[in-house]
Amino acid sequence: MEVLLGITGKDFTLIAASKAAMRGATILKASDDKTRQLNKHTLMAFSGEAGDTVQFAEYIQANAQLYSMRNETDLSPSALANFVRGELAHSLRSRKPYNVNLLLGGVDPITHKPSLYWLDYLAALAPLPYAAHGYAQYYCLSILDKHHHPDITLGQGIKLLTLCTDELKRRLPVDFKGMTVKAVTKDGIVDIEFDDDKVVKSA
Amino acid sequence: MASGYDRALSVFSPDGHVFQVEYAGEAVKRGTCAVGVKGKDVVVLGCEKRSAMKLQDTRITPSKIGLVDTHVCLAFAGLNADARILVDKARLEAQSHRLNLEDPVTIDYITKYVAGVQQRYTQSGGVRPFGISTLIVGFDNGSKIPRLYQTEPSGIYSAWKANAIGRSSKTVREFLERNYKEDMDREATIRLAIKSLLEVVQTGAKNIEIAIMAPGKTIEMLPVEDIEGFVKNIEQEKQEEAAKKKTGRTPGQGSAAILTRTQDEPGDQ
Repeated sequence: MEVLLGITGKDFTLIAASKAAMRGATILKASDDKTRQLNKHTLMAFSGEAGDTVQFAEYIQANAQLYSMRNETDLSPSALANFVRGELAHSLRSRKPYNVNLLLGGVDPITHKPSLYWLDYLAALAPLPYAAHGYAQYYCLSILDKHHHPDITLGQGIKLLTLCTDELKRRLPVDFKGMTVKAVTKDGIVDIEFDDDKVVKSA
Repeated sequence: MASGYDRALSVFSPDGHVFQVEYAGEAVKRGTCAVGVKGKDVVVLGCEKRSAMKLQDTRITPSKIGLVDTHVCLAFAGLNADARILVDKARLEAQSHRLNLEDPVTIDYITKYVAGVQQRYTQSGGVRPFGISTLIVGFDNGSKIPRLYQTEPSGIYSAWKANAIGRSSKTVREFLERNYKEDMDREATIRLAIKSLLEVVQTGAKNIEIAIMAPGKTIEMLPVEDIEGFVKNIEQEKQEEAAKKKTGRTPGQGSAAILTRTQDEPGDQ
């Protein structure tokens, strides 16, 4: 029951991922970081089969960085999203496909336009204003449908994210140990302080 | 003189030479000059730039100084096109090292790798050696110790405090030998790199390229205006010194001259 959330706003993309590393019914770690920075202004969050996730994410990260070194320019978020989709599509048709679902968020280095891409292990790719993976979709998309607006500020984005996590705490049967939240802006990627200790009573 | 022993790359001549490798060394000597100088907590690469032709777009013409990884910088002398291939191999290895070991490469490691590739191309069939020497500089992850290495077409690599490769490298190296001082600050290190290059570059600032590496930071290319400032300063000093030599040397003046010299640019002969 991993949670991945992404929200775009006026000049930022928020990416949030649950902190719990689980194996079966056991929580192994409560401070897991399920995100990798691909370049200065692109961040990727991942969930799925343990092992596959980190292996695939770091493979993508290495290729993104190699591109930056070779060409002295970073790939744009959209270029990266399509590259990742290609890798997933290739993997899907191999003997042992990667079982990884991803959210890729970024801000275009030239136009400063924020973007968010939703990818799953079947190599589906969708650019979206807000997105979620896993069970979080069932609880959060309706909230985001109601409250999201393309022009929200970072503060409003974080509030909207809190609305989502509160609902998840209320309805998910297991504790996902809070969220790591990062914001991509034109100046780079910043960690966002996020209150994980808030207790939400069930209805 | 070669008499057939330079046909195939991997054939020794009876007196133990591998001619193709030595010819590669000649290609290096014809390449534009590059210098590397270590300071206390900085390392500087300097390059002689070929003067661009009138219609050339200098903004997108590749530089002789390249980044191998964020913390590793490489300058070369010799065949530009060969260097591109070698630098690309080094970049791939640097990222592959990060992926597999979760650590960035050390300068020592990437130098060994580059030299290893160069060596391989002296011993396999159907290839020719890389016609380049490289200077590899940078700081290891979390370290404040500057590193400067040289590699040669034969695959030899060596560590230096300051060194030059390419055209007239002997003149520049001798200049560095005379003028190098331990624990130079950033300013003095850049100055020595530029001054040594000016020994062989006639056209001055616009044909010099300077890259600076500092601990925990990526490459910093020195802007042309700043290089011009250094060049002007150096030339002015040279003129002053020449003027001093011309005027009669009274004992008083002589000692004063030595004093100012030790302050500004020590050990200059």
